[in-house]
Amino acid sequence: MSLLDYFKISKVGSASLAKERLQILVAHERSSRNQPSYLPQLQKELLEVIRKYINVGQDAISVNFEQDENQETLEVNIVLPDLNAKNT
Amino acid sequence: MARIIVVTSGKGGVGKTTTSAAIAMGLAKKGHKTAVIDFDVGLRNLDLIMGCERRVVYDFVNVINQEASLNQALIRDKNCNLLYILPASQTRDKEALSQEGVGRVLDELKKDFKYIVCDSPAGIEKGAHLAMYFADDAFVVTNPEVSSVRDSDRMLGILASKSRRAEQNEEPIKEYLLLTRYSPERVKLGEMLSVDDVQDILSLHLLGVIPESKSVLNSSNSGIPVILDEKSDAGQAYADIVARYLGENRPHRFIDDKKGFFSKLFGSK
Repeated sequence: MSLLDYFKISKVGSASLAKERLQILVAHERSSRNQPSYLPQLQKELLEVIRKYINVGQDAISVNFEQDENQETLEVNIVLPDLNAKNT
Repeated sequence: MARIIVVTSGKGGVGKTTTSAAIAMGLAKKGHKTAVIDFDVGLRNLDLIMGCERRVVYDFVNVINQEASLNQALIRDKNCNLLYILPASQTRDKEALSQEGVGRVLDELKKDFKYIVCDSPAGIEKGAHLAMYFADDAFVVTNPEVSSVRDSDRMLGILASKSRRAEQNEEPIKEYLLLTRYSPERVKLGEMLSVDDVQDILSLHLLGVIPESKSVLNSSNSGIPVILDEKSDAGQAYADIVARYLGENRPHRFIDDKKGFFSKLFGSK
């Protein structure tokens, strides 16, 4: 850094962007770290069954596996389409 | 009681071998009989960093296969008679290591040594797995850079679930962060992740920061662990790390940009 640098318009460094990206990524990877390996397959098959009866999109289902000291919880969330669109 | 330290990172090129050589030398210089093992079978380099590449006769795989005794394979360091190096095999591949064989060699070393430093290869395959499997302490070497931080976090997950201590429900491996190739000037300019940023993400106990330093290349060029370059910033940083690991309370250095006003003004390095 020399004298000239002091007259340059200081631009925001990229480190804050790196930190933000890492925090999101690491949180995501940690949450999926202890998940059983059958989870993606389970999600896929559940979606197939549901789509037999209801017309839902590919991303309408989310499967979450959580673990604490006493129990393991499998949380399945399915977003149904609007009532108006239901019978199409 | 002997302690097994793994120097690990996931990512390659962050300074695992440099760190293994430096801390093994540091522990030995403090009076503890120390062995340092190269787990990078097929790509050995610890011998080169320690300056004993021409004295390798037998290696880790020979000992595992009982083709040589441990004493035949261990190389006594030329600078410190409490330090021994167990080189990796250069002609075999990582499949030559077996969990049972590595365990047997470590058990034998534990009878005679205070510290056993395991220099892990990059990646998360067999060599890296066996380097960390029997560890009591893990030194996670990380650069302030996105891919290195991510890989370190992945490694932490593996330490917590795939190690012997995890499998046998013992007290978990003690994990320490070593931040290497740190450039305080670039952190100040907002161009590089800071120590605090990395700690926020990894939540690890910080053992020390090694600044980006010319002395690291100088030392590896001459085959002398950088910790023996006592005048250099990196050498002092590693000496601090060894002292902190052994329980001394030393304030962190090399984190802030200490360049004076004039050097900044005239852009000198």
